[in-house]
Amino acid sequence: MEKQQILEMLVDLCEDDIVLENTDIDLFEEGLLDSFGTINLLVEIETRFDISVPITDFNREEWNTPNRIAAKLAERQ
Amino acid sequence: MTPYGNIAFFIIISILLIPTILLGLSGKTAKRYNIFISIVILAIIFGHSVNGTVSLVLFTLFQLVLIISYQKYRLQKNSTMVFVKAVVLAIFPLVLVKVLPILGLHHLFGFLGVSYITFKSVQMILETRDGLIKDKISVIELAYFLLFFPTVSSGPIDRWRRFYKDMQTVPSANDYQKLLFSGINYIFVGFLYKFILAYLIYNYTLIYLPNHTYNYLTPFQGHIAYMYMYSFYLFFDFAGYSAFAVGVSRIMGIQTPINFNRPFTSRNIKDFWNRWHMSLSFWFRDYVYMRFVLWMTKKKWIKNKYTVSYLGFFLLFFLMGIWHGLEWHYVVYGLYHAMLIISFDKFERWNKKHKRWPKNKWTHAIGVFITFNAVCFGFYIFSGQLF
Repeated sequence: MEKQQILEMLVDLCEDDIVLENTDIDLFEEGLLDSFGTINLLVEIETRFDISVPITDFNREEWNTPNRIAAKLAERQ
Repeated sequence: MTPYGNIAFFIIISILLIPTILLGLSGKTAKRYNIFISIVILAIIFGHSVNGTVSLVLFTLFQLVLIISYQKYRLQKNSTMVFVKAVVLAIFPLVLVKVLPILGLHHLFGFLGVSYITFKSVQMILETRDGLIKDKISVIELAYFLLFFPTVSSGPIDRWRRFYKDMQTVPSANDYQKLLFSGINYIFVGFLYKFILAYLIYNYTLIYLPNHTYNYLTPFQGHIAYMYMYSFYLFFDFAGYSAFAVGVSRIMGIQTPINFNRPFTSRNIKDFWNRWHMSLSFWFRDYVYMRFVLWMTKKKWIKNKYTVSYLGFFLLFFLMGIWHGLEWHYVVYGLYHAMLIISFDKFERWNKKHKRWPKNKWTHAIGVFITFNAVCFGFYIFSGQLF
């Protein structure tokens, strides 16, 4: 799993290239992700990388930027 | 005695909390003492009614047995049927409390805080199902979490893994001092909100509204005034209560999450639900909406993913509505908010494509204005004055 793949996934989900330019952007603050986006993110993570993240383990404060999401997924590989 | 309802309650807890504060300021743990005073204060809160006390004790024992047995089971197996049964069992007493009064049996069962304990219990079962609660749980600590007296009557709804971390941490004398000061600060915010602002709004405006304005306002104006005053009253009363709960929790070393974050400055309806009664809306978001949408997405019964999301919003707000009470105005209140969120979501997606509504301070101000009025109208429905 490359970081680039994770960023590409986020571009698809957020429909915005800004996640490539600023990888510390707060996705929830900026309205790029919401609860619905989170579900799609979890489903995509499972289909693309075969990593299963329970919803209850998805804490917005810890998963709020592209960099943090990448780090969290790297932990779970 | 109602928690935070009168000055006697504050005097009693101030005295009982002196050892907690002294232990904290010398960097020692007050956990055992806090558990002990919780029992004393619960007895003061619930002791006036035998029926209420018996209900509370039986109900708590029931939830404790349920959570611990499910956790034991989950370490071995993970059947969906057993999980569903555990959730249904956890909710069942709350359903009884809501339904029995309709059947004319309201003195049979029911007590302060039954729904808030249920929220915590359901949360434990869901997180156990997700494999997040694996360590052995002490019955006393679990009971302390479910019945944590500062939040027992009306929240905020804490989460076990967060609560547990705070409970096991002994802050240094310096850190505790900071916690103590912020706790006291919250309590004074609570006094300002609940006993000054909410009190004044109630006694100087609400009791004359909507129809007793001595011809000073037309009936229509009276209802409009009622709508705004009631909204402010609801906020200051409940935010005041929540500030007390957060403040007392902090003095006991538990950083109970806040419930309100300037909700009337929300820029849209989604933002509003991230700022109003937050612990409840996050509970519904995480444990109802998100689970429902994920489940439906995996099952692929409905192709259009936005339809699934909208069904999820309807489910969330319908449940939140009837949770307030099985009356029409609560149901309509819930559906009204579902409609607001769905409309806003459609608008947001449309705007992502067409970019007609830029992000600047003017659109922000207009957004706040529209959201505020839409929300106040919601509270007007909620108040039961409309029908």
